[in-house]
Amino acid sequence: MADITTTAQANRARSASENPVKRFFRATEIDTRLLGMIGAMLIIWIGFNILSGGLFLTPRNLWNLSVQTASVAVMATGMVLVIVTRNIDLSVGSILGFVGMSMGVLQAELLPQLLGFNHPAIWVVTLLAGILLGAAIGALHGSIIAFLNVPSFIVTLGGLLVWRGATWFVTSGRTVAPMDSTFRLMGGGTEGSIGATASWVVGILACIAIVATIINSRKQRQRFGFPQRPMWAEYFLTAVGCALVLGAIAVVNSYPWPVAIARKYADANGIAWPDGGLFIPHGIAIPVLIAIVVGIVMTFISTRLRFGRYVFAIGGNQEAAELAGIKTRWVTVKIFALMGILCAIAAAISTARLNAATNAQGELDELYTIAAAVIGGTSLGGGMGTIAGAMLGALVMQSLQSGMVLVGIDTPFQRIVVGMVLVVAVWLDTVYRARAK
Amino acid sequence: MTDTRTPLVEMKNVSISFGGIHAVDNASIDLYPGEVVALLGHNGAGKSTLIKILSGAYKRDGGEILINGEPAEINNPRDAKKYGIETIYQTLAVADNVDAAANLYLGRELRTPWGTLDDVAMEAKTREVMGRLNPNFQRFKEPVKALSGGQRQSVAIARAILFNARILIMDEPTAALGPQETAQVGELIKQLKKEGIGIFLISHDIHDVFDLADRVSVMKNGQVVGHARTEDVTKDEVLGMIILGKVPPKAIPGPGAMQTA
Ligand SMILES: Nc1ncnc2c1ncn2[C@@H]1O[C@H](COP(=O)(O)OP(=O)(O)O)[C@@H](O)[C@H]1O
Ligand SMILES: [Mg+2]
Repeated sequence: MADITTTAQANRARSASENPVKRFFRATEIDTRLLGMIGAMLIIWIGFNILSGGLFLTPRNLWNLSVQTASVAVMATGMVLVIVTRNIDLSVGSILGFVGMSMGVLQAELLPQLLGFNHPAIWVVTLLAGILLGAAIGALHGSIIAFLNVPSFIVTLGGLLVWRGATWFVTSGRTVAPMDSTFRLMGGGTEGSIGATASWVVGILACIAIVATIINSRKQRQRFGFPQRPMWAEYFLTAVGCALVLGAIAVVNSYPWPVAIARKYADANGIAWPDGGLFIPHGIAIPVLIAIVVGIVMTFISTRLRFGRYVFAIGGNQEAAELAGIKTRWVTVKIFALMGILCAIAAAISTARLNAATNAQGELDELYTIAAAVIGGTSLGGGMGTIAGAMLGALVMQSLQSGMVLVGIDTPFQRIVVGMVLVVAVWLDTVYRARAK
Repeated sequence: MTDTRTPLVEMKNVSISFGGIHAVDNASIDLYPGEVVALLGHNGAGKSTLIKILSGAYKRDGGEILINGEPAEINNPRDAKKYGIETIYQTLAVADNVDAAANLYLGRELRTPWGTLDDVAMEAKTREVMGRLNPNFQRFKEPVKALSGGQRQSVAIARAILFNARILIMDEPTAALGPQETAQVGELIKQLKKEGIGIFLISHDIHDVFDLADRVSVMKNGQVVGHARTEDVTKDEVLGMIILGKVPPKAIPGPGAMQTA
């Protein structure tokens, strides 16, 4: 008892002597590295906004940015777990291509013969089949890595070639289009967005979830009498979290449907066309919603489940994990299977958005995915990384990409920039880790 | 004195080799409840390898292991833990990037009724156990790589005693510690012994363990030189066993004993 009070006093004494900035970060437990990334992203956004004469920070561009980020963001969440265990997956772009092509053929050519065109079950069957296929490919890679001891770099480099080649064989190089009309909603667009009201509902639910999480963690810590965050820090975190969520909803809700589509919709529903035009907001795009759900599920898996704990423990010290009785090989297989599932979800988003499955789908995505994870704070040294960071990393990469398109930079030069950013990000990671020691 | 009881652990004629090197060659050791057996020998004598066979980290090439007189099937660390065998490895074997509670419960996490990790319950129990072992320990939220050698050691020890071990293996447990912490570990060993736990205490330095041990077993070049009760031998005689393989009269010679004939 005496012990606890003295340490509490010591803590208070320590916080009093710290400078206010340090105290703020310790109290709120905000990761400074994450904050640095948000800073970098804001610089990129404002920079491109100036260079493009105010075209970047518009609801239209930000909405598009969110949709373009979705597919890589989904894969980046899995890449975090892969890299945390000191593995790498170079095959995600090719798996995306192969699974995307397979889902394309299934929904556009095979299932309509069985079920009839635009049958409502086509999209689910296709998606589930794709997920199974992705999981099987990932599990195969994982098994070779874990049980045959072939380095992941080599296995997935092989996979990069094998699955790209296999993609070609599915249709002998033919592009498959169009996709099933319900399946297509997963790609976004005017139809594939949930509209203003539903978006606000999602936003409010998210705010409730933020408040509930903070209250719950406080209660849990109270139950065992652990030290708490100061009240002002809790209020601050809640306020910032909710403001960000509602701000994002406001942005996507101020991007209206294009005039032509709005007019068609008005005609079809017998709405008189008003003089100022009809303002129908897009709201959150379905692929973005999918990515957010994936992010939440993956965060849950990596922080709340035993599997996630094992992933990080293996990344920290594989021998220790084995001696603790963890079946490290099976964990590796599961990580790669999960990565395959995420590739399948990304494939669904990307084929749905393009409304076609092509041979080149997902090319170079492995690099964007790895870059997203690394920029987002996943350490190539293993053992460190967050899902949220990786998704933000994907947003940073896509912001760079979209910004360069917007200001008219040519594709070859875009690649040069992306390549350099990747190297710089890894260098920063090394510097950060050296300093953390 | 021990002959009438069943040994807690009996390793009989255990061998293992790594690519031609006989790291452990036909070694037999035993351990009774409430007893501390010091396993001594130079670096490279095969001590760590022998006990890693008992803890399930290595698979033996030959020989058998009896627990309470029954043949035990130990093929991996999980099997060993089922028999109540807990190990503090020479390398500590802690996961550097997770906190103390995660390390204590690694592989045996407490979970809520929903199957999620019950981190607060694990932290609470960790605070309790660490409070007993090392009352100054306060850094519960930090990854263990941020801790000092002594603190990491106490995490490794806490993990071993958390799950009611019956057989405790401590491989050079004081190698990274200062004198005060070493004394603390000594106290802990006496306390655990009182609770009836059998302890293998491994060291290359006789001075660390002679006062704590009931018996010594000495290894040299992968073979057991001999066993002796500490009351029957002097430190110098044990040193002779370690260095020369010379077995004093009151000790029981093993296959590695110096041939005097
Ligand atoms: N995993 C291994 N692979 C190859 N050789 C090993 C391995 N583990 C131990 N050895 C060898 O076995 C011998 C005994 O080592 P060890 O048991 O660590 O000795 P001690 O713990 O007594 O210092 C040494 O020669 C060592 O090089
Ligand atoms: Mg050793």
